[in-house]
Amino acid sequence: MLNESKVMRWISNTALGLFAAACIVPFALLIIASFSSEESIVRQGYSFFPEQFSLKAYDYLWLHHLELGRAYGITILITVIGTAVSLAITSMLAYPLSRKDMPMNRVWTFVVFFTMLFNGGLVPTYLIYTQIFDIKNTLFGLLLPGLLMNGFNILLVRTFFLTSIPPALIEAASIDGAGEIKIFYRIILPLSVPIMATIGLFQAIAYWNDWFNGLIYITDTKMFGIQTILTKMVMDIQFLTSNSNAAGLNAGAAIAELPSTSVRMAIAVIGVLPILIAYPFFQKYFVKGITIGAVK
Amino acid sequence: MRQLSYNVKNKKFKYLPLYLLMIPGLIYLLINNYLPMFGMFIAFKNINFTKGIFGSDWVGFQNFKYLFQTSDAFIITRNTILYNAAFIILGTIFAIAFAILLNEIKKKVLSRFYQSVIVLPHLISFVVIGYLAYAGLSLETGFMNKTILPFLGIDPISWYTEPKYWPFILTIIHLWKSIGFNCIIFLASIISIDTEYYEAATLDGASKWAQIRSITIPLITPVIVMLTLLGIGRIFYSDFGLFYQVPMNAGFISDTTSVIDTYVYKGLMVSGDMGMASAAGVYQSIVGFILVLGANLIVRKVSKDNALF
Repeated sequence: MLNESKVMRWISNTALGLFAAACIVPFALLIIASFSSEESIVRQGYSFFPEQFSLKAYDYLWLHHLELGRAYGITILITVIGTAVSLAITSMLAYPLSRKDMPMNRVWTFVVFFTMLFNGGLVPTYLIYTQIFDIKNTLFGLLLPGLLMNGFNILLVRTFFLTSIPPALIEAASIDGAGEIKIFYRIILPLSVPIMATIGLFQAIAYWNDWFNGLIYITDTKMFGIQTILTKMVMDIQFLTSNSNAAGLNAGAAIAELPSTSVRMAIAVIGVLPILIAYPFFQKYFVKGITIGAVK
Repeated sequence: MRQLSYNVKNKKFKYLPLYLLMIPGLIYLLINNYLPMFGMFIAFKNINFTKGIFGSDWVGFQNFKYLFQTSDAFIITRNTILYNAAFIILGTIFAIAFAILLNEIKKKVLSRFYQSVIVLPHLISFVVIGYLAYAGLSLETGFMNKTILPFLGIDPISWYTEPKYWPFILTIIHLWKSIGFNCIIFLASIISIDTEYYEAATLDGASKWAQIRSITIPLITPVIVMLTLLGIGRIFYSDFGLFYQVPMNAGFISDTTSVIDTYVYKGLMVSGDMGMASAAGVYQSIVGFILVLGANLIVRKVSKDNALF
């Protein structure tokens, strides 16, 4: 009997150890590649044990520290504003929906819920944002489309309000003469720190990682966030290499100008590094948050 | 009670502050979700920017006719459904297997460590994952071609021009990114199983395998059913990042890497074929909607508590 669970534990540790390694090792390769010299990458490929280390890729980044710094700034700005606004409007919409005494409560809940079932798709969304609201190449283009708020989060917060805040508490405050808005920010919000932290974390990650809005709504290089720079760089390299035969010498010169292979990895590194560094501190909440989301 | 009777008149105003709270969120939903739904009419127009969205001519179902006359419509539908089917089946099997294994590890610190590490890929943007894949698969400098294949004595493979490898590559990357996340969900439901079942089974001499088969699996079946049906409801949608960033837009492999979402994107942003793109988008929205409703109907039949509505 004892033997069997020992065997089982041994299998578990082996399988999970391998899987965990598979989850970390690619990042190690990325980081090592960014510190490899261009010649050793050409000779041995991306490798865990490069023949020659070099800081050249990071020198190149330093040369462009103004653009990259700007991109970092935009990403941080969008992440902070996006998360804050998102938390505010999500909780403000979810709270009234959790009040069973409010008239038309079910209708409004359905209005939110329906957005989870059906959507207009990319083309109408793009046309409405660019033709009617004209958000192309503005910070709004990074902030608004798709990311700011979603039906799922609203229903999650609503469920939290419904299950964890006793209606008697609201009634008591009301009898004491507190208005609805005061009740919301003096009583409801302080009680909902756990759910707000979880949603805020997931929203912040979504904004930090977002490259899609940058790809669709931003063409001005001054407005690029860090993920957009990474995306556009791949596109440029593809464009030049696939057209190099037709364009001849000019394209060849342009390719030589392009960031070298190690620089690409270095930019990817500075794109993920903040997350990898911060992860040990928030991993507990992240793992917990996954199960909160799963239970409707 | 007494209070209510003389407050009837004020009742209309009583809820006014609550409505005020709702306004910003509702405006956002209007702009971001509802206006695009009404905007779907553009699929029935021949969009001409000089005439504007509203001024363009109506063309009925012509855009759809063109779309379904091409072989693209079949290819993107097939790819979208087959990839999602593979993701649902393999993803569920692996996630459950890892959740069961993870549950066997009784050392809390170790278990926590595994949990944190295996959800790490879920946290990384697909841009960076595209770079990681490139580091592995690049023809001249990739880890596969330079280290692993030579070690196995196989000639280098030009991954980005060979369509036949991509179903495997994309499936592996998807699994790598998502298994940890789903594993945590299954683990939560396994942990909630009453330990008495296992104690009783152990007393009766049931083996671990027998316990997994006849206690763990049956008791987490509701979660499995729910997640699978939700997946089926979204089988017409795919993760744009996976299919856009990882294949790096390589033309040779589009037969096995293009899905409805990438097709709509390309029509809109690259080739400027607005008619086809919007027709494909409407096709996706409508069929997707029907599938969500259908999946939910089945969930309701199976277990009402797990239904979305």
